[in-house]
Amino acid sequence: MIPEPSGAPAQTMFARIWRRHSVLALEDGESLIYVDRCLIHEGSRPAFQSLDRLGKTLRCPAQVIACADHYVPTTNRERGTGGIDDPAIRQMVESLEHNARRHGCTLIGLDDPRQGILHVVAPEQGITQPGMMICGGDSHTATHGAFGALAFGIGASEVMHVMATQTLWQEMPRTMRITVNGHLAVGASAKDLILSIIARIGTGGATGHVIEYAGPGIRALSMEQRMTVCNMSIEAGARAGMIAPDDTTFEYLAGRPAAPAGALWQSALEYWRSLPGDIEAQFDREVRLEGTQIVPMASWGTSPEQCVAIGDRIPDPLRETDGARREAQARALEYMALQPNQPIAEIAVDRVFIGSCTNARIEDLREAAAVLKGRRSVLPGLVVPGSSAVKRQAEAEGLDYVFQAAGLEWRESGCSLCTGVNGADFLQPGERCASTSNRNFPGRQGPGSRTHLMSPASVAATATLGRIASVRDL
Amino acid sequence: MERFELLDAVAVPLDESNVDTDQICPARLIRAFAQPGRHEHVFLHDRRFNEDGSPKPEFILDQPAYANAQIIVAQRNFGVGSSREAAVMAVRAAGFRAIVAESFGDIFVNNCFKNGVLPIRLVANEVDALRASLHRQTGAHVAIDLAQQTVTGPDGGSYAFAIGALRKRCLLAGLDDLSLTERYADAIESFERTYRAELPWLKL
Repeated sequence: MIPEPSGAPAQTMFARIWRRHSVLALEDGESLIYVDRCLIHEGSRPAFQSLDRLGKTLRCPAQVIACADHYVPTTNRERGTGGIDDPAIRQMVESLEHNARRHGCTLIGLDDPRQGILHVVAPEQGITQPGMMICGGDSHTATHGAFGALAFGIGASEVMHVMATQTLWQEMPRTMRITVNGHLAVGASAKDLILSIIARIGTGGATGHVIEYAGPGIRALSMEQRMTVCNMSIEAGARAGMIAPDDTTFEYLAGRPAAPAGALWQSALEYWRSLPGDIEAQFDREVRLEGTQIVPMASWGTSPEQCVAIGDRIPDPLRETDGARREAQARALEYMALQPNQPIAEIAVDRVFIGSCTNARIEDLREAAAVLKGRRSVLPGLVVPGSSAVKRQAEAEGLDYVFQAAGLEWRESGCSLCTGVNGADFLQPGERCASTSNRNFPGRQGPGSRTHLMSPASVAATATLGRIASVRDL
Repeated sequence: MERFELLDAVAVPLDESNVDTDQICPARLIRAFAQPGRHEHVFLHDRRFNEDGSPKPEFILDQPAYANAQIIVAQRNFGVGSSREAAVMAVRAAGFRAIVAESFGDIFVNNCFKNGVLPIRLVANEVDALRASLHRQTGAHVAIDLAQQTVTGPDGGSYAFAIGALRKRCLLAGLDDLSLTERYADAIESFERTYRAELPWLKL
C-alpha cells in the first residue's frame, strides 16, 4: 500500500487520486499526470494521424481502449462495415479498427460481441476501476467517475500526447462537493437528479471544478444510476464528477472480465477502500440538495440548464434578472418554437429516443419498459441499447418484445440519435424529440432538431401520451 | 504550433452565451478535418448557412466589416460541451486567433492551446464593455499582448488577463508540449516502474 505522510492535511478523494498520479509538478502550476486508461472512438482519427506524422508509437497500447460507437449503424449489422452505405462514414469506422490493430490497442470493433458505447462498455467489461486516472477523447468520459476514478474528456491532440507518453499536462482543478440528503422518491430517477443539479448551478456552474457527489441520496444509487449522474457532470461545466467507491461499486466489479481476480482482487480492494476522502476535507465549493424533493424534469431550451419540473411552466425571459441568461432564454424559446409561461406538459412531441451513454444501460431499459408494458406508443421512436451486452440482456428479459409491441424500433448498439452522425439516425429540421440523451444544443440531433432531455421513464410516458409527460401523468 | 505574441486585429462582438461546440462545429462536419482543404465554412456552419447551402448574410460573422476579423468577443460559457478538437480547428480555419469571453468550456480551452488559439477570460463588465465599444465602432481593432497579458479595446480601455505560465511559454515560443514532456522521459520511466510494482493489477 501507499503510505500517506502522517499528519498530512485532510484530503478529498480527488486530491488523493491526483497526487497518486502526479509524475511531477512544475513550479508554474502544471502537473504531469500519469494516465491508466485512454478511451477512444472513431473521432480520435486525428490523434493517430499526428502520431504517424511524428513517427511515434504507443507507450502502453493495450491501455488504449478503442470502441466503435459514434459512426456505427444501428441496423444491418450482419453486414459489418459493408452495411454502412456512405463511404466517408464507413471509412471512419474502418480507420478506427485499422489504427487500433496497427498500434496494438484494445479494440472493441463493430463485429465484437462486446461492442457498444465507450462509456457503457468500459464499465461493464471491468476496464473502469476505482482510483484510476482515465482520459477519453470524448467529454462524457466523466461517466467513469461513478467508480471513484478521476475521468475526463480531452481533445485529439491530448489523446495523441497520452498515447505517446501515457501522461498529460494538467492544471489542478478546484473542488466542489454536491451533497444529496435523503433518497430519491419513487418516480424520480438519477436523470432527474442530475438535470435538477444542472438547473440549479447552471451549465457553467462547475467550470474548472471536479465534483464529488456525496450524501445518503448518492450512496443509495446503483452503479447504473451513479453513471448517469457522473455522465452529465460535463453539462454542468465540470472537469469531472466522482463518487467514492463502496460495496455497491465492488459488487458491480467482482467477476467482470478485466477486473482483477484472486490475490490481486484482494490487494485492489484494500487500495480501493483507502480512496474515499477524509471527513474533514475542505472543498472550494459546497452545494446541498434534498433528494426527496427531486421530481421528474424535462429540458425546454437549448442548454441543459434550461429545464423545469414536468408539472411546471417554461420561464418567461422578461422575469429573468440576469441579462445574458434572459437573452439566452429568448433565443432558446425562438429556436424551440415555444411560448413563455407555457406549461411544459402541453408540448406535443414528434418522436422519442431511448439511448446514449447517459441512459442506455440495462436498468434504464427496464425503467422505460416498465412504463411501456401493455401500452402503445403514439409516437415513432428508437430504442438503442448502450452495448451489445445490454442488448442481449434486455432480450433475455423480453424487454425487446415490450418495446416492439409498443410500436418502437429495437436497434443495435451505438451513439445513434444522440450525436446524429451515423448517416441514418437523425432528426428532420423542426422535429421535436423526447430524448434520454445528454445534450439539447441547437442542431445536436440533426440540423434544426429540437430536443427535450428526460429520464427513460418520462420518455416512455411521453411516447404513450404524445406530449411531454412523466409516469405521474399515466 | 504557430507562435502567438501580439495580435492587433478586427474583433467581432458575438452577443451570445453558451456557444457550444456542436454549434461551433456540427458533428456531421467533424469528418471534414480528416481531409486537407479549406474549412473556413465549418465554423458555426448552421448559423451561417441555410439547409440548401446558401449563406445567411444577416449573421454578424459574415458581414463585410468582419471579413478579416481574427478576434471574437462573446459572452459566457463559450465552447461548452463536446470535446471535439474540430471545434477549435473550425475557429482557426475561419481565421480567428483569439477569443475573449467571461468563461469557457474547460476542454475547449485545453484544445485552444494545442492549436495556437488564445482563449482570454475577462470579468463580465469588461467583456460587456469591450463588446459595446465594438458595436459602437463596427470593424474596429482589439489589441492583444500575450507577454504583457493585456487586451486593449478600440476605446483605449485596457484589461489584464491571467494565463498559466507553461501555456504562456508554449504559445509565445510556438512549442508543443510533447517535446517538453520528452525532456522528462526519465521521470515518467521511474514513476511507472514504482507505480506498476505497487498497483500491479492496473497494467493491461
